[in-house]
Amino acid sequence: MKVLMLGWEFPPHISGGLGTACHGLVGGLTRQGVEVCFVVPRAYGDEAEGPTEILGCNRTPFRTRRLRSRKAVPGDPMRAGGPATETLSEGEEEASGESGEEGGPSSDKRIEVDSILRPYMDERSYRRALEAWRAMGKGDSLPLVDPIEAERATSAFRGILSRLAPGGGYGWIVEVFEASHYLEFSGRYGPDLLGEVARYAIAVARIAEEREFDVIHAHDWMTYPAGLLAAEVTGKPLVVHMHATEFDRSGENVNERIREIESLGLHGADLVIPVSHYTASILRRRYGVPAEKIRVVHNAVTHKEQQDITGWRKVIPEPIVLFLGRVTFQKGPDYFLEAAAKVVSIRPEVKFVMAGSGDMLPPMVERSARLGLARNVHFTGFLRGKDVERMYAMADLYVMPSVSEPFGISPLEAMALDVPVLVSRQSGVSEVLRNALKTDFWDVDDIANKILALLTYGPLRRQLVEEGREEIRRIHWDTPASKVGKVYEELVG
Amino acid sequence: MTAITFYFQVHQPFRLRRYTFFDIGRNDRYFDDTENARIVRRVAQKCYLPMNALLLKLIDEHKGAFRCAFSITGSALDQFELWSPETLDSFRKLAGTGCVEFLAETEMHSLSFLRDWEEFDLQVREHQDRIEGLFGTKPTTFRNTELVCDNRVARRAEELGFSTILGEGADHLLGWRSPHFVYRPEGCERIKLLLRSYRFSDDIAFRFSNRAWGEWPLTAEKMAGWLSALPEEEVFVGLFMDYETFGEHQWADTGIFDFMRHLPGEILKNRRFRFLTPAQVSVEHDPVSRLDMAHPVSWADAERDLTAWLGNHMQRAAHDALYDMANTVREAAEAGHPEIHRAWRRLTTSDHVYYMCTKWFTDGDVHKYFSPYASPHDAFIAYMNVLDDLSRRASAVVGVARRNAEAC
Repeated sequence: MKVLMLGWEFPPHISGGLGTACHGLVGGLTRQGVEVCFVVPRAYGDEAEGPTEILGCNRTPFRTRRLRSRKAVPGDPMRAGGPATETLSEGEEEASGESGEEGGPSSDKRIEVDSILRPYMDERSYRRALEAWRAMGKGDSLPLVDPIEAERATSAFRGILSRLAPGGGYGWIVEVFEASHYLEFSGRYGPDLLGEVARYAIAVARIAEEREFDVIHAHDWMTYPAGLLAAEVTGKPLVVHMHATEFDRSGENVNERIREIESLGLHGADLVIPVSHYTASILRRRYGVPAEKIRVVHNAVTHKEQQDITGWRKVIPEPIVLFLGRVTFQKGPDYFLEAAAKVVSIRPEVKFVMAGSGDMLPPMVERSARLGLARNVHFTGFLRGKDVERMYAMADLYVMPSVSEPFGISPLEAMALDVPVLVSRQSGVSEVLRNALKTDFWDVDDIANKILALLTYGPLRRQLVEEGREEIRRIHWDTPASKVGKVYEELVG
Repeated sequence: MTAITFYFQVHQPFRLRRYTFFDIGRNDRYFDDTENARIVRRVAQKCYLPMNALLLKLIDEHKGAFRCAFSITGSALDQFELWSPETLDSFRKLAGTGCVEFLAETEMHSLSFLRDWEEFDLQVREHQDRIEGLFGTKPTTFRNTELVCDNRVARRAEELGFSTILGEGADHLLGWRSPHFVYRPEGCERIKLLLRSYRFSDDIAFRFSNRAWGEWPLTAEKMAGWLSALPEEEVFVGLFMDYETFGEHQWADTGIFDFMRHLPGEILKNRRFRFLTPAQVSVEHDPVSRLDMAHPVSWADAERDLTAWLGNHMQRAAHDALYDMANTVREAAEAGHPEIHRAWRRLTTSDHVYYMCTKWFTDGDVHKYFSPYASPHDAFIAYMNVLDDLSRRASAVVGVARRNAEAC
């Protein structure tokens, strides 16, 4: 079984849980003998082990035939390390093929398709990242796309749309594809989030045509257009994996275009893999995905070597209740604070730590002051490396009151460090965990009740910690990988 | 002659409300009256009333040749009195036939024998008196909660004057021996032990509606045929099961009522058989040998042990905390607060710790145990919150009483 797997990031170059999950899954698949060619927008060459092969669109021989560019800067287009820094002068239609890794026809040219897009960005954060990119002096080096490739992709995408949306609509996606090769040159559209997605798709379509595989597997919306295109040009079956929907990220204020891309991918795919039954229900309810197309595969956790935090222990006597994660709507930090206020009304000595940053951090600081919790709640900001594990190690209880969490790996990390956990039922992880306290994120009374019970009744802690330790040992990526393998077999036969 | 001995267990626990930490010290309403009333009324409609009517009819039709036994917990009796008096009346009618034996157990279906013999004696005596008051005959047969028996329980029952005790015919207890004879537990002088024939009992209680079972569908003729194939010298077959098997665990549409409707007639076709109650078997047969029950044996799970009730930290802690406050609670009752004692008694019901069982976590069989809670941890939290409140109230009352006594 050979899989063309499309993802947006791969360890160690990750910004969120998506790359970690892909890594775990790919490892499990290859252990079962599945060959995985993993395509990311940009490969760095130092990726973690796992896939049979990792392809960055930046390192893929990307033949361009006729480039209507204005200016040429001579140099090696395949310079290692940095992103592409190539622009071509007007009139220069071909560059030497000798600098390429593959000795293609001399008319071929290798161009990096680079991306600053990371998972879970919106237009605003994308723009900020772009500005930072430019500030690093890389501003004029956005990647190029062969207009012919772009044209072919555009027309292929029209075909996809005529099938999936015969009633019309989605015209904007076609426009994005059409515009993708104007980037840089015309400035008509300027660099944008969706252009990145389109350029990645065009590169992937090309890779797909040149390679042998049995099935295409695309992770989250950024790769769905690529998956659809690859399936369109090769006729191979498409599996789309849903790690987080736009509704999980944004609540009701969804980015319509992202939602539409998700919808196209979900309906265009042969089978859909959500990371939990919770997410499956969103796919049915919000996207109208038929239940018979859905195959739930829960995530697992990679048992990494723990950071050495020997000698590190809690020194204050008061109990510590921990929130650790992005301080955003999705993670329910406000419910954590409201529960904290209730707990403090009974046990004034209890400390609450909110570790992480995010757009809801400033209002949370204000809220905690208003609730009279200034002396009980501590804000650490974003933690990294050893500090994360140190924070866990200091906690008496880890609380994940997520409003909408497709899976949620952090409770498993806490449990690995013998910290009991309280998780919301609106999370995928609550479906697989048995030795965890569970609650509904909005039920602040219940959250407070369970925090107090855990801090008061020693045997409850002992039960959760001892059996929880055993439980997470049994959670391993081989299980989801074998389920995904079965999904492939369903399609390939 | 071989006796067929039916014994049905009738029990309903007082389930707790979602009692939170914030209720402690503020709220003495521990039990979910609405839910408990709803459940007992539902089970009465689906099981107790139709099945009692059927048994009455069978006794009548067979002119006394059909007999059976019941053990009805005090907890269930309380709920009948509160919410389903017609159920209690229908049991009284059965008692009036003279063909039904009522057994004694601990009043609140407790595990008191593990911690507190004084409480055990009190609960057994209380139940015995209550059954006599309700149904007219003083029980002479004892069955312990969840059919748990060992040498000590049997010895205690003997000391309390019982002539018969029931137990589980577990393989690891019997070895090569048959459950179809009368035994005497080690250390006892008079009491006779009747064991459950788990194979035949579970054919009815668990496998009856299981379509994957090779013997499905089970008919009265088939069951009677199996019984007829037993060796002639075997003296009795103990068909012991939860009464809720009929209509609640096995729904009416599985045909369970029809099966029972025809079973006595089919069995009595073979003149070798008659129906006897446990006390009658005990009168007619002497023990064939002693049986050493060094460790408690229950009728639960494959293990037939106590791990479903006291298998984890939470369960043991809750059990300990409960019995640690026994003396204070009794003192509170003497000081004029019987409601504290009554609430505590309801908390001795074994179901409360059963809800905290985590055994099924490993085999993944989430639905194996019926529980009103979303998780065993939630069960523990509610129970401990209630114990905390009750213990504070009991201590306060006792403190006042002691100060008053000193002042006098």
